[in-house]
Amino acid sequence: MTVAPDLHAVTDQSPGAAAVPKRKRIALVASKGTLDQAYPPLILATTAASLGWEAGVYFTFYGLDILHKDRFEKLKVASLANPAGPIQLPNALGALPGATKAATKMMQKWMTRARMPTVPEFIEMSRGLGVRFFACSTTMGVMGVEAADLIDGCDIAGAAAFLDYAAEAEVSMFI
Amino acid sequence: MTQPSTSTDPATAPVAKDVLDCSGLLCPLPVYRAGLALDRLEPGDVLELVTTDPGSLEDIPALARQRGDTLLSFEDRGISQIFYLAKGGAS
Repeated sequence: MTVAPDLHAVTDQSPGAAAVPKRKRIALVASKGTLDQAYPPLILATTAASLGWEAGVYFTFYGLDILHKDRFEKLKVASLANPAGPIQLPNALGALPGATKAATKMMQKWMTRARMPTVPEFIEMSRGLGVRFFACSTTMGVMGVEAADLIDGCDIAGAAAFLDYAAEAEVSMFI
Repeated sequence: MTQPSTSTDPATAPVAKDVLDCSGLLCPLPVYRAGLALDRLEPGDVLELVTTDPGSLEDIPALARQRGDTLLSFEDRGISQIFYLAKGGAS
C-alpha cells in the first residue's frame, strides 16, 4: 500500500510503452456504493485501458465501498427511491424488509444472463490492465476505514493529488 | 484515412493470425477481449473478430482508432459482425 503516491511517476510499465510517449488518460470519480452504480466507472476504466489509455478511478464517499474488502462483493441495489430499479415498487413497499435483497438478486440475475462480469471480476480485469485505484483519504477518515480494510494495491490520496492526476487527463467524469 | 472494405469475400479476406469469437458478449467485453488478443499479436498481424453486440459496429472501429491499429475490413451480417484488425506499429 502506497500512502503517498507519486502521481508524476511514469505509470506505463507495459512492453512497447516507450514507442508511444504520451498516452491518453481518463480520470474517473466513483462516488456511489450501490451495485448498479459500481458498474459504470469500472466499465469505463476497463474500456479505456483496453483502448491503450491510462485510467484512474478515485473512489470517494460511498464509492469507497467498491474498494472495501468486506463490502465489494456484497454491493446492493436500492429498492427505495429508485423508480428505474429492477423491481418497480412504490416507496412504501420498497422500504419493506427484503425489498433491497430482491432488487439486488434481480440485477445479479440480469447480469449473469447477459454474461456480464461481476463487480469483483471487473475489478480484477481493470487491475490486470493497469487501472489505478485511488482511495479518498477523507472518506477513510470520516467513515473509519483503515488502509488494511481496502483491497490491495490502492493509492490513498486526497483531492489535490487526484486533481493533479486528472489535470493530465483528456477525459474526466464524476459518477 | 482509407475506408475499410465493407465486405469480406472469402477469396480476398485478410489472413488472420488469431480468431476471437465474442458472440453473445456485450460491451465492454468484445473491446476488452479484442484488446488482450491484439496485445498478444505482433505489429502487422491480423485479428479476426466476431461480435453480436450491435454496439460493436461503432466500438470496434473506435478501438482500432484509439489503439493505432487498422480496421482492414468488416462485414455486417445483421445478427453478427466480422472485423479484420491489423495490429499497428508495423514499420
